[in-house]
Amino acid sequence: MNRNYKLRASIVLLGAFHVFILLAGFLAPYGYATQDRDMAFAPPTRVHFVDAHGSFHARPFVYGVKNNVSDSSYEEDPPNAYPLRLLVSGAPYKIAGLFSARLHLVGVSAPARLFLLGTDAYGRDQFSRFLYGGQLSLLAGMIAAALSVGIGGIVGSLAGFYGGWIDNALMRGSDLFFALPWLYLLFAVRSALPLHVPEWQVFLLLVSVIGLIGWSRPARLIRGIVLSARERNFVRAARGFGASDAYLLRRHILPQTYGVAFTQLALLIPQYILAEVTLSFLGLGIGEPVPSWGSLLATLQHYDVLSSYWWMFLPAVLLVPLFFAYHTAADALQERYESVSL
Amino acid sequence: MKYLGGRLLHAILLLLAISLLSFALLQLAPGDFFDSMRVNPRISQQTIDGLRAAHGIGQPFPIRYARWLASVARGHLGVSLAYNSAVAPLLRVRARNTLLLTSVSTLFAWLLAIPIGVFSATRRGRNIDRAVGVATSALLTIPDLLLFLGLLLLAVRTGWFPSGGMVSPGADNAGFWKMAGDVARHLILPAFGLAIVTLPVLVRHVRSAMIQVFESPFFRAARGHGISGPRLFFRYALRAASNPLISLLGFSIGTMLSASLLVEVVLSWPGLGPLLVEAILSRDVYVVVGAVMLSSVFLLTGNLVADLLLFASDPRIRVERAE
Repeated sequence: MNRNYKLRASIVLLGAFHVFILLAGFLAPYGYATQDRDMAFAPPTRVHFVDAHGSFHARPFVYGVKNNVSDSSYEEDPPNAYPLRLLVSGAPYKIAGLFSARLHLVGVSAPARLFLLGTDAYGRDQFSRFLYGGQLSLLAGMIAAALSVGIGGIVGSLAGFYGGWIDNALMRGSDLFFALPWLYLLFAVRSALPLHVPEWQVFLLLVSVIGLIGWSRPARLIRGIVLSARERNFVRAARGFGASDAYLLRRHILPQTYGVAFTQLALLIPQYILAEVTLSFLGLGIGEPVPSWGSLLATLQHYDVLSSYWWMFLPAVLLVPLFFAYHTAADALQERYESVSL
Repeated sequence: MKYLGGRLLHAILLLLAISLLSFALLQLAPGDFFDSMRVNPRISQQTIDGLRAAHGIGQPFPIRYARWLASVARGHLGVSLAYNSAVAPLLRVRARNTLLLTSVSTLFAWLLAIPIGVFSATRRGRNIDRAVGVATSALLTIPDLLLFLGLLLLAVRTGWFPSGGMVSPGADNAGFWKMAGDVARHLILPAFGLAIVTLPVLVRHVRSAMIQVFESPFFRAARGHGISGPRLFFRYALRAASNPLISLLGFSIGTMLSASLLVEVVLSWPGLGPLLVEAILSRDVYVVVGAVMLSSVFLLTGNLVADLLLFASDPRIRVERAE
């Protein structure tokens, strides 16, 4: 496959995914905490184009849903069809925490409900929660990855550029982080932090913990590049002309590390999203009622939920294309920068 | 020998540093194990204070650390507050289970990865090679958690496999072979899940190592001399490709242990993972430190073994390291 095409396609896919998540409020039919206690564990609403008489409708519609209390199953209630409406007014929300709005992309009139991914134990729409949860999880992944690569970049370039005892000290420090299996390290650090604190604090804690423990690999890679970059002829020439260390680093050496830095970012973001998911899944991360991808999956720890409600898996399944895009981007970046630097 | 000594010393220093750091971290942690007792009206404040004092909580850091080191030297590794016993016997059982799981799945993963990688390398660029490439990318992008939950679903829905634990109730006194069979039945699912998680990276590396050998002049020369079949494969190709693969074995131990933590929790395999999560949630400090240290011991030992294997298999490294 053409590698430019690969890179471009994955970036487009990633861009689309992130815009969707950013516009969660607009795309989600309901708020993340809106409960509908009569609709606990309702399966995904089926969207129809063809009605009971076999005639086709250009405007898709849904049926109302009857809840059989006796065996807590749901069935469609055909005579009353409710068409999907575009751009309906609904629960208020904010986009990126700044712009308030009430407009939602799609919705159906009550009493019908539009649960594209079904509902959870409190009758909350899983699709809406997936979109809102993505805001936290993606942001956590990106900030943490930026933190890791940032620290790794600083440590790696200092160690590679100055060498000597600085190099020794910094690299012995990074040895410590390599001596523990990654998840154990994450848990060890997490265990030192308070368990029950407000959500935004948990979020900050998680991001910094995840980001701070992952810097050693990018640091080693960047150190290697800086070591070889330092000895290049044009760098030596610049030094001979009297360039300062800061100038050399900024102008000649750091630009050579960008390839590795970007590749590491693309590799670390999905890994860190998974780290957040794992922690929240185990109850060590962001908890109710704020959704994150991890807390969405946490209900699957109950055997009855796991075995009876297959749609509770859908949020995890939706992560596969996202991760695929990140991995493809990382692959393409790696190929691209390897061929450039050699 | 001198090399081995140096490595061992380095590992021990690392372990000491890790223990010091994890201790310092836990010292910073707010709250302690006895916090949850305070809400219980039947336990008086005096009792709690007494327990705190007995376990040395609230004493300065150097004293607690020294006490812990002494306990390590006696082989106790501190006291578990939740289990009210020494940490070492708790960890021993769990560590044995984790090692059983990880070693079986490491074996399983390599037994799958080597044939697939070699096969893919010999058919480089053909459809079958591309199919392997797509399959490994796909496996790489499936989140571990989703995979493990899927396996759990399989067990719960079909009943083909036990859905958790390590032995069936009542199987412990059924005789050795019955018991081993029962454990093996419980082992299948988590071991399979772990192997699948590590498989794609292994396959990719085996493939690229083999391709590198196939393209090297010495291999072409050997082939040109009419050497073929198993001799060509085992004596020439695999031997030369083993170097990067042994390094990979060392690297993959960390991944394996991390993935094992998750699979143990999801499929309730009684290894270190569930113990660690439980200990973190109840603030059982010494169990946390013990489990973390033990995982580090496993990782460092694994790396050391991989290094020694490399030393034994590659004469170039012997010369290089001897200097």
